[in-house]
Amino acid sequence: MDAVGPLSDDGLVGLLDHTGERKEHEFFSPYAADLTPDDLRGFYRAMSLTRAFDKEAESLQRQGELGLWVQSLGQEGAQVGSGAVLRNPDYAFPSYREHAVAFQRGVDLPQMLTIFRGLKHGAWDPADHNFHLYTLVIGAHTLHATGYAMGLDKDGLVASGKPENDGAVITYFGDGATAQGDVSEALVFASVYNAPIVFFCQNNQFAISEPTTRQARVPLSERGKGVGMPTVRVDGNDVIASYAVTNWAMQYARSGAGPVFIEAFTYRMGAHTTSDDPTRYRSKADEAYWAERDPIARLATHLTAVGELPQAFIDEVVQEGKDLARRTREEVRSWEPGPNVGMFDNVYAAPHANVEAERAWYERFEASFVESH
Amino acid sequence: MSAVSTADTLTLASAINAGLRAAMERDPKVLLMGEDIGILGGVFRVTDGLFKDFGGDRVMDTPLAESGIVGTAIGLAMRGYRPVVEIQFDGFIFPAFDQITTSLAKLHARSGGSITVPVVIRVPYAGGIGAIEHHSESPEVLFAHTAGLRVCTPATPQDGFDMIQQAIASPDPVLFFEPKARYWDKGEVGRERVAAQLDAPDGALAATAELGHARVAREGDDVTLVSYGPTVRLALQAADVAAQDGVSAEVIDLRSLSPLDSDAVVASAKKTGRVVVIHEANMTYGSGAEISARISEQAFFHLRAPVLRVGGFHAQYPGAKYEHEYLPNIDRVLDAVDRVVAH
Repeated sequence: MDAVGPLSDDGLVGLLDHTGERKEHEFFSPYAADLTPDDLRGFYRAMSLTRAFDKEAESLQRQGELGLWVQSLGQEGAQVGSGAVLRNPDYAFPSYREHAVAFQRGVDLPQMLTIFRGLKHGAWDPADHNFHLYTLVIGAHTLHATGYAMGLDKDGLVASGKPENDGAVITYFGDGATAQGDVSEALVFASVYNAPIVFFCQNNQFAISEPTTRQARVPLSERGKGVGMPTVRVDGNDVIASYAVTNWAMQYARSGAGPVFIEAFTYRMGAHTTSDDPTRYRSKADEAYWAERDPIARLATHLTAVGELPQAFIDEVVQEGKDLARRTREEVRSWEPGPNVGMFDNVYAAPHANVEAERAWYERFEASFVESH
Repeated sequence: MSAVSTADTLTLASAINAGLRAAMERDPKVLLMGEDIGILGGVFRVTDGLFKDFGGDRVMDTPLAESGIVGTAIGLAMRGYRPVVEIQFDGFIFPAFDQITTSLAKLHARSGGSITVPVVIRVPYAGGIGAIEHHSESPEVLFAHTAGLRVCTPATPQDGFDMIQQAIASPDPVLFFEPKARYWDKGEVGRERVAAQLDAPDGALAATAELGHARVAREGDDVTLVSYGPTVRLALQAADVAAQDGVSAEVIDLRSLSPLDSDAVVASAKKTGRVVVIHEANMTYGSGAEISARISEQAFFHLRAPVLRVGGFHAQYPGAKYEHEYLPNIDRVLDAVDRVVAH
């Protein structure tokens, strides 16, 4: 690419190039050294299943079963590589496109679609997965993540002397979010309180239609330098490098050394959402260039070349993907809305007189339409 | 020593300070966050002495960024802490408006009840202190309009002491508006009642329920003056003057705007048939409009006169030399009383 500034691919950490060839990096290679062929096949499976689910959700939206869908297509490498590093009490605060991280945190992907069918705003209990709800307000959650990280520190779960007990937070956000005030404030708070948090920016090159050049004149990783935190640019379509840099960053944060800013340079292969039309703002040539850099294909090429991806395993994953898609379809179509009066539930945690009065009125109103027998 | 009920004479500011101290002693998860609240003790000294006694881990001076303060408080609450945030002045809450209305107010609901965010946001508010621009505003209804938030405001030192502790104990986010012109008013403060309430089983629920109740500050028969926060003292003064003219005014101190104690307001309206609502915020779409609407819905045939409002005008808060004409004052309250009585 001949792009400059924030779309430059200069200085990216890479351990697996787009032809599927392994590379060494003096500093980061050791942070991927623990990955076994089994782990890499696990990455392949996680990326492939998320993509199968993603495609099915796209189809369900086109068929009118969902109001909207947000594809993660193309960003599976950055997400699976970084998500694989997490353990308890680590906690992840996603934006709304981190389906592959959700998968790794044990969220049942079909359940996620209750949001997009208009049934719920939150589809899982964050405490069950150490994976917060999706946040649609761009960048707002990076502050929640920072506060949570400050809490981990206060709880003695950072630099405790027992590294296996220590935790840190990772928060995911996009290139567009870096222009938000909340992200700047999160960087400031994390920095001055030395909070154990990794800011994981997926630069997928688009905020709907606007290129990253509309958000910044410099590579986004530079944002971290301004508040004095270490920064890394990584090839986000390289699942191994994404794992390595995140592994280093989370260890750094858990050790009490402070926050880290990672920019994972990737590409949103799909539309922003099913309501978007990327043909209005990007070229086929651009899409073709990035299709050659697909994160799943390059890992498959590598594993095949080293004899670690037997056809039987591929077939198994393909079948698993089909099963997941079928279950997704069946579950989504089976869901019906619950009672309308549920809208009054959980407005507050303790009873609120005005809500209770409206609930009582609504129940009487609704009952007045019931035919008498 | 036997449990003799004792009362101190405290200012509103020192009563809130004492309430914060009691809450921090009761629950180690209570944290204070804000600008200049540490070694300085807050620009109004409401957190005076707490940094010295509880340390910087629990009395946290923050970067000068209101959205950041509220946003990180949300994360700390998710981790089990009970942050009490100070926004230095009313007019500077707006950088945090997004975090308050789109995150804080919604997290419990959007998580299906699995997350609670017991964050208290203290806001010195309202005018009358001769301040410069942005330091005298009354933005309370913007938050009362938002589902998921509780909004309350004490008018007396006793309520300042009790309500701040009840707000901290509540499982819901609370906007706690402190009438800054009343910070130096003194009153008797007893400490035992709220302590017993909060130490009892289900104390937090009882405290949250009580936080939503209005108080009859003065009983009367001819007209109801509905007030809260900075206008309670004004309403009581007006009631004194009206009494000299043979008009018996009942004064309601709402204490809470969310929930709004409709039952208390409607009961008084039915009793007197005449209502004047007094608040500093401008009247357009304000709490007076809400109260008037509820009275017309629930007590229409008891009314002897239209419900009147006395409040700020639909104008930017003026320079300090004009504020006493912008704010409700005793002449405007008595004028409204005369009009509803003469109707």
